[in-house]
Amino acid sequence: MGVEGIGARVARKEDKRFLTGKGRYTDDMSVPGMKFAVFVRSPHAHAKIVKIDASAAKSMPGVIGVLDGKQLLADGIGNLICGWMIHSKDGSPMKMGAWRPLAHETVRYVGDAVAIVVADSVAEARDAAEAVVVDYQELPVVIDASKALQPGQPQLHPEAPNNLIFDWQIGDEAATDKAIAAATHVTEVTIQNNRLSPNPMEPRAALGIYDAGDDHYTCYTTSQNPHVARLVMSAFYNVAPENKLRVIAPDVGGGFGSKIYIYPEEIVCLWASKRTGVPVKWTSDRTEAFLTDAHGRDHVSTVKMAFDANNRIIGLKVDTIANLGAYMSLFSSAVPTYLYATLLSGQYDIPAIHANVRTVYTNTAPVDAYRGAGRPEATYLLERTMETAARELGVSPAELRRVNFIRSFPHQTPVIMNYDAGDYEASLNAAMQAADWNGFAARKAEAERRGMKRGIGMSCYIEACGIAPSAAVGSLGAGVGLWESAEVRVNAVGTIEVLTGSHSHGQGHETTFAQLVADRFGVPLDSVNIVHGDTDKVQMGMGTYGSRSGAVGMSAVVKALDKVEAKAKKIAAHLMEADESDIVIENGELKVAGTDKAVPWFQMALAAYTAHNLPAGMEPGLKEGAFYDPANFTFPAGCYICEVEVDPDTGRTKIVQFVAADDFGNIINPMIVEGQVHGGIAQGIGQALLEGVHYDASGQLLTASYMDYAMPRADDLPSFQVSTSNTPCPNNPLGIKGCGEAGAIGSPPALINAITDAIGNNALTMPATPQKVWAAAHAAK
Amino acid sequence: MAKVTMTVNGRQVSGHCDDRTLLVQFIRENLGLTGTHVGCDTTQCGACVIHMDGKSVKSCSILAAQAAGSTITTIEGLAADGELHPVQAAFRANHGLQCGFCTPGMVMTAVDMIRRHQGQLDEATVRAELEGNICRCTGYHNIVKAILAAAAEMSGARVAAE
Amino acid sequence: MYETQYYRASSVQDAVSKMEAAGEGKYVSGGMTLIPTMKQRLAAPSDLIDLRHIAEMQGVSVNGRSVHIGAATTHFEVASSAALGAVCPAICHLASHIGDPHVRHMGTIGGSIANNDPAADYPAAMLALAATIVTNQREIAADDFFTGLFDTALEGSEIITAIRFDAPAKAAYQKFANPASRYAMTGVFVTRRDDGDVRVAVTGAGSNGVFRHGDMEAALIANWSPDALGNVSVDASELLSDIHADSAYRANLVKVMAKRAVAAA
Repeated sequence: MGVEGIGARVARKEDKRFLTGKGRYTDDMSVPGMKFAVFVRSPHAHAKIVKIDASAAKSMPGVIGVLDGKQLLADGIGNLICGWMIHSKDGSPMKMGAWRPLAHETVRYVGDAVAIVVADSVAEARDAAEAVVVDYQELPVVIDASKALQPGQPQLHPEAPNNLIFDWQIGDEAATDKAIAAATHVTEVTIQNNRLSPNPMEPRAALGIYDAGDDHYTCYTTSQNPHVARLVMSAFYNVAPENKLRVIAPDVGGGFGSKIYIYPEEIVCLWASKRTGVPVKWTSDRTEAFLTDAHGRDHVSTVKMAFDANNRIIGLKVDTIANLGAYMSLFSSAVPTYLYATLLSGQYDIPAIHANVRTVYTNTAPVDAYRGAGRPEATYLLERTMETAARELGVSPAELRRVNFIRSFPHQTPVIMNYDAGDYEASLNAAMQAADWNGFAARKAEAERRGMKRGIGMSCYIEACGIAPSAAVGSLGAGVGLWESAEVRVNAVGTIEVLTGSHSHGQGHETTFAQLVADRFGVPLDSVNIVHGDTDKVQMGMGTYGSRSGAVGMSAVVKALDKVEAKAKKIAAHLMEADESDIVIENGELKVAGTDKAVPWFQMALAAYTAHNLPAGMEPGLKEGAFYDPANFTFPAGCYICEVEVDPDTGRTKIVQFVAADDFGNIINPMIVEGQVHGGIAQGIGQALLEGVHYDASGQLLTASYMDYAMPRADDLPSFQVSTSNTPCPNNPLGIKGCGEAGAIGSPPALINAITDAIGNNALTMPATPQKVWAAAHAAK
Repeated sequence: MAKVTMTVNGRQVSGHCDDRTLLVQFIRENLGLTGTHVGCDTTQCGACVIHMDGKSVKSCSILAAQAAGSTITTIEGLAADGELHPVQAAFRANHGLQCGFCTPGMVMTAVDMIRRHQGQLDEATVRAELEGNICRCTGYHNIVKAILAAAAEMSGARVAAE
Repeated sequence: MYETQYYRASSVQDAVSKMEAAGEGKYVSGGMTLIPTMKQRLAAPSDLIDLRHIAEMQGVSVNGRSVHIGAATTHFEVASSAALGAVCPAICHLASHIGDPHVRHMGTIGGSIANNDPAADYPAAMLALAATIVTNQREIAADDFFTGLFDTALEGSEIITAIRFDAPAKAAYQKFANPASRYAMTGVFVTRRDDGDVRVAVTGAGSNGVFRHGDMEAALIANWSPDALGNVSVDASELLSDIHADSAYRANLVKVMAKRAVAAA
């Protein structure tokens, strides 16, 4: 490891522009003639659109145009789609209701867009949007997913009777039922996973630019995967063919999943730019974000976990209802199925598992992947159940986990996954030691003297990153491949550009991807630039989500670097009249091993481009590309421990320590990995303690601003104690696993286990607000 | 349309805008200083924090007209002669930023906080002082670390200068 | 925000004459509530008359135990006033927990009181301190000033110019903040004077805004100690209920915060 190579704690290359106000986010973009859009949105959760009268709005000051869904339909713009086909257990395909970018017949949630107003300023556009008169005929509303499945409830889509999208299963039901029947103890619980709003700090935005001269579109947008956006907008929404559509995602201010999807707004801005003849920019405000950014989670599950006389789990049966909201968002069907139920074995050797999952339409915002996407739901379910079981069985939570850990690899679970490597006990031991688990009793007694209730809880999580391989996910219904591309361009002066289909929205790719190059060729980090986020520069890519940029994106870079290295060595060998196999690359030089003969890196690069003296038959230049399709998921795992003090008089929970012991395999930049864990834990704590989306019975969103949606702030959180262990991933060239979501996956059950331990009442749902904790603590007395 | 004049990052600037124009809009759109961000509608997230007459304020909740005649510093005005301000340098050294969107407000907040407390800060105080700034990426861990490091360095530097 | 006309007043008289000429005018001071409300198009004043620069409305002065706070004094200035801290640290403590540091640099005591948000902190202090609200027209006892949610005794173009009170022997404020907004979900300000008079004012909890709790006051007059509140009941039916806290929980908080305030005073 060099000072800038793999494993080095390198400060980020991108930081200077962010720290000096020179970041370039979508809303910072400005082009000549640009105008501003405001969307007219439904105030009703469910209604027929009788009539839209925009005549008054069109004559207001500054207004350029008001466009509605009928015009959009007439221009052939297609429906929004869900890109992962799931079949119900009866073999029928999922019931995908039509989602129009601008509704023209029916609105199905508060915030559903019905028209766009384009004007000289945002204020004028908003003035005019208020003057668009939409005549709605209100329809009955259903918010709760379990209720929506019952007969006689309001129906959202004619395609989906009883609002059921699919009824899917995984695992062996008969074997699981048999295990439960034979068990000496069965722990039964109902688990709710609360609905969340992702809340990247940068609101979504889109700038659509239609160039009539070239019949060409450019879209600046807040996307985690601009190439997928272009593909979907071309292939499904008929905005423009791919060669006539450039999508650019400049600096992206956080995403956490919510910026994976292609939303109505970017499509409509592109279309409106052609219709109005001006570039059209839309920037979400925070209330629009709460209303329309895809939400996360929202599961209710019943669980039966069966134990034998030795406290070994012999079966697990899960029945889950997942609320997908009013429409199927891009990856919504994959989240409660292949990203959730396939992780229900956790870190445990469970011989029989069966899960049934029903997904449901309701009059709420669409629900899709949010940091962790399915794995937090699986982990919360398992780890709350394990904690409950330990309490019922009268054994320590650590012992119950130890007894059930998987200890040999590879391990085939009953729910598809094949775990490649891990050492779960190492993480458990590291976390318990860091948390001084054995000293807890004394700390609890000391807190008791101060009138505080102290509790401790743990969570042992496993997750799956870098969803793959393409052929496998294709067979399970995925609409795209899940590889990644890279191209390494060595310039004639030896500087290097790396083009990647991954796209940073805060993860520091400009630094970590460059570290791979610095490590390989010994060139300074400053001589390496990362190019991403622009479909005109990078040919194709799958983007950044599911903690895939390290395991998949970097592996593609490694493959391209292999090719560059091979050609560079050939050139150097030729220049030095040495054998190619004797060339080594060190400190920015290509050397003949065992001699003092060397060619500086830049000289080799120059030779590649002058082409005056290349090996016979070699093409000039030095540029190599690669596509990498992983052989398997990667399986990060770890153990989190949370210790809390609850004020019994107010129900306020204070987190007194939070310990994370993770196994991410090899690590490129520990500083960045720790930052990812910190952020993930904060979001997990947010879910467990503070955050929750609330709709009232009429479908109005009650948590539509930071006045009512509780975001974690600095004084809600402690400093975190994080550490890592390492069982390298055997399935990718770097041996790395992915770290972006672990914190959000592992932390909620640790916190709820700690609070329920403190108050002596296991009946507590997330978020554990002061009121709920106070009530639960008093109910326990 | 009224004409608004103020001093921004050491330069006197003027611009025409509606009376309903927010200071943050004036800074971003009239002056083209896009480092100051808008992350919420309810005066809570702090992405828009700047300094007005030497004090941190939320530019999303002040009209440009209210700020007329004042002296403003934005994130673009903090680094002198291309050198990062000690708070900016500490954010970088401690990885106190990820996506960068809340960062300008965080940095401007930190500078104000260190000034008011004359560099005498502890973790609990820093966390309490960050009540008006929301970050979704870092879990605040490294932001707190960066502010404490900057405060120590700046108060050390001041002691050395005295 | 809807169109509006901005005017910066140079004196109280200047502000009043502008207001009287305006159609649907509003005074703005720090604007920390009004501007966000206008941004959300929940208020649409035709004219905004800015009081922030009026010299006669600035600053804190303390004479013995007599306190005078100009209405345009910011929360930050109240929180950091050494003279005020010497006689009534409780109001400095309260001011130091309003909003956040940036809001405290702009928001003013007069603006907060005139707005009378049911979750604002200052109204509780005004009631418990038996403050006098000084306007350009008259002096109003705090007990007569706060008339309901976002409603006060102010009329027409009337401007709060200052707040006056005599610092009590003991005072403290305890707030339990809403986890999302950080406004008071319940805040209790208690005072005790040398003659034994006690006031207990509650904000954030009442369905009709800030209020005094007579039973608590009586109990504390009889016995100034947190334990004296043990048997006092708080009527939940008069308290707010929302997704963060139902009225029964708020009733509990009123009592807990009152006990803690007495202990802290």
